[in-house]
Amino acid sequence: MEREFVRAQGHATGGAGAMSDSDEIRSVVARCFEATAADQHRALQPLADRLALLGSGLDSLCFAIIVAQLEDELGLDPFSELEDAFFPVTFGEFVQLYETAARGSAG
Amino acid sequence: MANLRELLAEARPAPGARLETPEAGLSLRDLATSTGIGPARAELAGRCVMVRTAGQIGMAQALVELDGLVRRLVLCPPDLGAEHLPYVIAAAEVDAVVTDAPDEPLTGLCVPVRTLQPPTTILPADGVGEARTEWLLFTSGTTGVPKLVAHSLAGLTGAIQPPRQDPDRAVWGTFYDIRRYGGLQILLRALVGGCSLALSEPTEGLPDHLARLARLGATHVSGTPSHWRGVLMSPHAATITPAYLRLSGEIADQAVLDGLSAAFPHARIVHAYASTEAGVAFEVEDGLPGFPERFVGRPGPVEMKVVDGSLRIRSPRMASGYVGPDAPSLADAEGFVDTGDMVELKDGRWRFVGRRNGVINVGGLKVHPEEVEGVINRHPAVRMSRVRARANPITGAVVTAEVALADPQAADSLELKSALRASILAMCRTALPAHKAPATIRFVPDIAVTAGGKLDRYNV
Repeated sequence: MEREFVRAQGHATGGAGAMSDSDEIRSVVARCFEATAADQHRALQPLADRLALLGSGLDSLCFAIIVAQLEDELGLDPFSELEDAFFPVTFGEFVQLYETAARGSAG
Repeated sequence: MANLRELLAEARPAPGARLETPEAGLSLRDLATSTGIGPARAELAGRCVMVRTAGQIGMAQALVELDGLVRRLVLCPPDLGAEHLPYVIAAAEVDAVVTDAPDEPLTGLCVPVRTLQPPTTILPADGVGEARTEWLLFTSGTTGVPKLVAHSLAGLTGAIQPPRQDPDRAVWGTFYDIRRYGGLQILLRALVGGCSLALSEPTEGLPDHLARLARLGATHVSGTPSHWRGVLMSPHAATITPAYLRLSGEIADQAVLDGLSAAFPHARIVHAYASTEAGVAFEVEDGLPGFPERFVGRPGPVEMKVVDGSLRIRSPRMASGYVGPDAPSLADAEGFVDTGDMVELKDGRWRFVGRRNGVINVGGLKVHPEEVEGVINRHPAVRMSRVRARANPITGAVVTAEVALADPQAADSLELKSALRASILAMCRTALPAHKAPATIRFVPDIAVTAGGKLDRYNV
């Protein structure tokens, strides 16, 4: 049901299987960051790989919301799925965590 | 048993050992030998004293000065609203207030207020101070009228190992505030061990706090899993090199335990279970969440049992009771405290699954599901809703809502659903603080109701 919501928003996906495409993961993650920043009235720094998450303008509640929404949208929960999950420090690492999880779930 | 000042003196703190916040500091040796309340000592002896301080150092000083001197100590948490003070004074029979900063709500009360000065006068041998002081703490997460529980210093320090001598002495750091149970445990560890302690303040950013911990050479650092997740997501995590990490106050999940052991490979990582009512119950050090099956039913000072899914504890470290008019009984007929923490046994391990009353802990902030449901249910398109905790690797949990619509067919339209989701969330964000608004909403055809007509919170 939650993945239908993603399609309804015009960010078509074919579900978790098709999500191994890394550009698509990056764009879903980026859109989730932007939407959460807007919802929580926070000024988001431009999203670049080297952007430190704690300096991005988002707080820990924002990241918690992003992780919950990404689990619904992508069907991925890398923090509990991955054997060697790490806590990301930069935006690039955050995206990479989901890309790794997507490769794991596709394979 | 010795009083707190005697325990501190017996620990023989090193000359440089001190309590430190970003703004203030206090030498443990001064604290052990000197006083800042001077002539008020005799006046306060035997009284019920409420301690309400602007800073944590003031509270620490007051506890050392007053334990063994007064009949009762009431420790006000930093966020206790002034509107509750008259109730607290009546319920705890307070007849004096000690503070580091007398302000309007205190001077307006009908009890004498005494102000702490830095401890610079050598403690007189005045023979004052043989009382067995009762410590009154506020339970965490209560809304409305505050709830007070009574402890003794012996119970509060019951889980603390005897102090070690130099050079193995710990240097403590904590993200907690010592004016609540979790932080008080760390303060008592520092005092009883004669160890320095670095305290944080909300105004101090994480990078500055970590830098200060590093400067002080913190070896033992304590906080909630949410505090630690913040450290793990900070580029400054490597600033500190503690030998011992302690997690408590929330459920420690596998992700945070693994993250910490990867970031601090040489540290002992311990998660502890404690509550203001039940005291410190146990510590776990095997890197796994939850606790081993054998802990329940094993003999020892701390006894545990599980009844109807909730963890019950009987121990000499638990509170002796609630205090105040109409105070409920703290323990059952056999003397066990019902923690309200629900546990499940799986593969030889007890796991925490949430609170019985459904209270959700979002990064240390409590959320009552009924409050959120009340807001959602005001939406004209909503028939009913159920709000629950959803496990989250960043804040431990977030709020999630299931919503049954008045017109179930509306859920067939993706566009309508998306618009409804946005409008329900907008309503929640307007009416509630950010942590109470649902992170996710799911539309469901129906929501189960128990035979008694209540929302079924457990059978999901």
